[in-house]
Amino acid sequence: MKCTKCGSHAVLQLRRHNAAFCAPDFIDFFRRQVGEAVRRHRMFTREEPLLVAVSGGKDSLGLWDVLLQEGYATTGLYLDLGIFDYSKESRAKCEAFAARRGAPLLIVSVAEEVGAAIPEVQAATRRPTCSACGLSKRYLMNKAALEQGFGVVATGHNLDDEAATLFGSVLHWQTEPLARQSPALPSTHPKLVRRVKPLYRLSERETAAYAFLRKIDYIVEECPFAKGATSLMHKEILNRLEDVSPGAKHNFLFGFLEKGRPAFERAADVALNECARCGQVTTGTLCAFCKLADQVKRAR
Amino acid sequence: MTVRVILRNPRREVEVAGRRRVRDLLKDLDILPETVLVIRGDEMITADTVVGDEDVIELRPVISGGRA
Repeated sequence: MKCTKCGSHAVLQLRRHNAAFCAPDFIDFFRRQVGEAVRRHRMFTREEPLLVAVSGGKDSLGLWDVLLQEGYATTGLYLDLGIFDYSKESRAKCEAFAARRGAPLLIVSVAEEVGAAIPEVQAATRRPTCSACGLSKRYLMNKAALEQGFGVVATGHNLDDEAATLFGSVLHWQTEPLARQSPALPSTHPKLVRRVKPLYRLSERETAAYAFLRKIDYIVEECPFAKGATSLMHKEILNRLEDVSPGAKHNFLFGFLEKGRPAFERAADVALNECARCGQVTTGTLCAFCKLADQVKRAR
Repeated sequence: MTVRVILRNPRREVEVAGRRRVRDLLKDLDILPETVLVIRGDEMITADTVVGDEDVIELRPVISGGRA
C-alpha cells in the first residue's frame, strides 16, 4: 500500500479517510487534526499555561507529546490511583516521559485526597469501580488546576472514547450527559476550570499508531478494573459497525455534536452551588466526591 | 511455513500455518482491524501485507478504558 500524500511505502491505512500514510505523513496528519480541534473549539491559546492530565497510556502521553512539539506551555498532572502494580508502572512511564523532555509533572495521590486508594474506594461504594474512579479523577483534576492557577485541563479522550460515551448516553437517553458532552467544556462557575479534549477527532488506533511511531514508552497493559466495563462493550459494538461501514464512529459523534447536542443543551438548565463541605462546585448541597469520601470513611 | 503471532492482555502466542495477507490473518483470528496495530519487527504493516516465512507479528491492542 502506498502513502496517499507522497506515494512512498505506507505503514497505516485509515479507511474512514480513504487514505494510507507513511510514518512522517501520518505524524503530520495527526498533528494537524489536533491543531484543527484546538482551533475549532478555541480550546486554549499559546500564551496560556495548560495542565495535561496524563495516565501513562498512549492517548494522554501522545497528546502531551504533540502539545510539547507545538510549543505549548504544558505541565503534566498524574493522579496516582493506587491500583497495585498498574499504578506503579503507569506513574513510572509518566515520570520517565517528563524527565526525558524536561517537562514539569505534578503528582496527586488519590489515597491522600479521598482517604483510601481506588481498590478500597471500590469496596466501600456500590458504584461501579470505573464510576467512582472517574468521579475522583474529574474532581481532583479540577482541584489541582485551581490550586496551581491553571484555567484549563486537557485530557486524552479520543474519538472512540467519545463515541462510546455518546452510545451509552443514547442507550439510556440520559439527557443531562447528552447536553454536556463536548470536546470543550467551558467554565460555567469561577471554581470550575475549562476541560478540553484535543484528541476527539482521532481514533484510538490512530493515537496508538502515533505513540508507536514517536517511540513513546506507554503502558500497554489495561487497568485491572476495566475488565468487563460497559464502555469496552460499547467500543466493541461500534468497532463492529466501523468494520463494515468505515466512518460510522466519526459520523455518529460528529453528527451528534453538530445536530443533536444543541437540542439537548437548550433543554438543560442546571443551577450550580458550592459544596457545603469542600466548596467545590456541585448541583446539590454536598458534592459527589465528599459523599464518596464519607462512604469510604464509614466502611473503614 | 508458519507465522508466530504475539497477542497482549494477557500476553500469549499462537502459531498460524501458511502465507496470507494481514487482513486474512486477522479474520482467521476473529480480530477486528480497528482494534489492533499490526507490528512486524519495529514497523507497522498494513492489511494488504503478506506475512509468512517464520514472521513474528505483534497484534498490539489499542482499545483502552473503563468508565462504566
